[in-house]
Amino acid sequence: MRVLLVLPILIPLSTAAVSLVFWRRRSVQRWMGMAGTSGLLAASVWLFEAVRREGIQATQVGNWSAPFGITFVADLFSAIMVVLTGLMGLAVAVYSLGSVDRRRESFGYYPLLQILLMGVCGAFLTGDLFNLYVWFEVMLISSFVLLALGGERGQLEGAIKYVTLNLLSSAVFLAAVGLLYGLAGTLNMADLAIKLRAVEQTGLVTTLAMMFLITFGVKAAVFPLFFWLPASYHTPPFAVSAIFAGLLTKVGVYALIRVFTLLFVVDVGYTHTLILVIAGLTMITGVLGAVAQNEFRRVLSFQVISSVGFMVMGLALFTPLALAGSVFYMLQDIVVKTNLFLVSGVAHRLCGTSELKEQGGLYATYPAFALLFLIPALSLAGIPPLSGFFAKLALVQAGLAAQSYMIVFVALAVSLLTLLSMTKIWNEAFWKPQPPESLPAATQTAMRAAAVSKRKGLGTLIVPIAILAALTVCISLAAGPVFALATVAAEQLLDPAGYIRAVEGGMTQ
Amino acid sequence: MNVVLAVVIGGLYATGLYMMMRRSIVKLIIGLALLSHAANLLIFTAGGLTRARPPLIPEGANVPPAPFADPLPQALILTAIVISFGVLAFALVLIHRAYGTVGTDDLDEMKATDT
Repeated sequence: MRVLLVLPILIPLSTAAVSLVFWRRRSVQRWMGMAGTSGLLAASVWLFEAVRREGIQATQVGNWSAPFGITFVADLFSAIMVVLTGLMGLAVAVYSLGSVDRRRESFGYYPLLQILLMGVCGAFLTGDLFNLYVWFEVMLISSFVLLALGGERGQLEGAIKYVTLNLLSSAVFLAAVGLLYGLAGTLNMADLAIKLRAVEQTGLVTTLAMMFLITFGVKAAVFPLFFWLPASYHTPPFAVSAIFAGLLTKVGVYALIRVFTLLFVVDVGYTHTLILVIAGLTMITGVLGAVAQNEFRRVLSFQVISSVGFMVMGLALFTPLALAGSVFYMLQDIVVKTNLFLVSGVAHRLCGTSELKEQGGLYATYPAFALLFLIPALSLAGIPPLSGFFAKLALVQAGLAAQSYMIVFVALAVSLLTLLSMTKIWNEAFWKPQPPESLPAATQTAMRAAAVSKRKGLGTLIVPIAILAALTVCISLAAGPVFALATVAAEQLLDPAGYIRAVEGGMTQ
Repeated sequence: MNVVLAVVIGGLYATGLYMMMRRSIVKLIIGLALLSHAANLLIFTAGGLTRARPPLIPEGANVPPAPFADPLPQALILTAIVISFGVLAFALVLIHRAYGTVGTDDLDEMKATDT
């Protein structure tokens, strides 16, 4: 058993356990949060290096041979995702120091964040469908509590919708897993990949594929299953929104890509065409929602949905270039989305509101901060030379090569509308002068008093934003090498033999 | 036996979904509980029903005699039951808090976060 593969799960788990011991000592929990996420990042980089050098890594917990035991597998795609989880975890842990209030901290905010990261890493690394279900539940339960922690009215209403739809999707997941076990007699993904290709009733396999499409579709927030997302993502503290937007929907997309490259490839003509239609509709509805909204985080929430459409589009086209585009889009989008939500938190602190109409004047007072917003925002819209441009370029090229002109047209139009919605935020929050007369006098006095304390603790908020913006610039400058990495990851995805061999390497046959 | 269980599972799904589509949040939670029961029974049935044949290996043999009950689905169900218990406990506390804060149990009234 290689400890390398379970470290990204063990580190957050032990950090959370130790933090819980220090329940009453907030300062210890704060430091543990930083230490745990730093450790996670280090372990994930180690894992990534091992996967990049030596190929796909797999381990059987307790040395129970492959189809029977608990399997952890890391191919390049999972390893990249785990590294990004570590990075976002660290950025959000630092950001939380200055932004999460004392009450939430003393009710276990930091341990919950660690458990969330553990669930996300587990979902990326597991090689077994039932374990994937368990990791999803770990992730969901901690996200439920993080979402509702604080008990504000909006949070609770958002949480009810979020909890209901995600539990419904879990029930479908569980049913699909049970039926798949009845059909194939195994739930180990490598073993399933072999057995499902030999199943004669392809109709039954496609039916199961649709059940998995629904369940992961809810988690990934694709059309028409996304309604829980814009109803809840703007309600919790900004740090929580940021980690949700950065990672949670991407776990859904990761699971979609995993099962629709490894398992359900018997009827690509039907399943992947359906996914292509869903991808197009997801992009359109997401961006239209974003254009229609007037609150900072609601605009961003709909942009999360729109981006999921792009990632799923690469899966649907199902060519090496398209999948590489998807992987590249995901890895740069996680950074960009997390950063945009972190920026929205600072804008809220500086203006005292998140309503775009009432914000303003940020460019005049904080020009450097405005630049930090522009980098991820323009990257999201796909303006060259930023990373989002290269991701969209790859996807559009793949679409043209596959002669799916409709989806290419949709992707380009949606990019234009994305630029429109980002310009709206820029105009309202940063460019236009602050509208003081629109506010009641009492709020103005309160705001003037708050202005003094505004700068207090702002450093811990700006540092992660600056680092993530720098990371976006780095991905943009090193687009060639990073894209080469994404290409290798896509090749591994499209060639299940390597994955199966890595898992069966531990099998004693 | 398969037919009976299939009808029971279908009934549980139908009832659960019907309860979820009512407006009361209490019924929403009952619906969710029924759905998870339905999923558990579905795993049980889909895993194949073999009555009165426990998977015990007789002395001197390496495998149990041919038609034996598969223990794995039951292990899966046990895990799923524990998870759904935890999640439902959380959901109950959540609706209780939501009822206290919003002052209604009607889902149609809870639209402050919608647009």
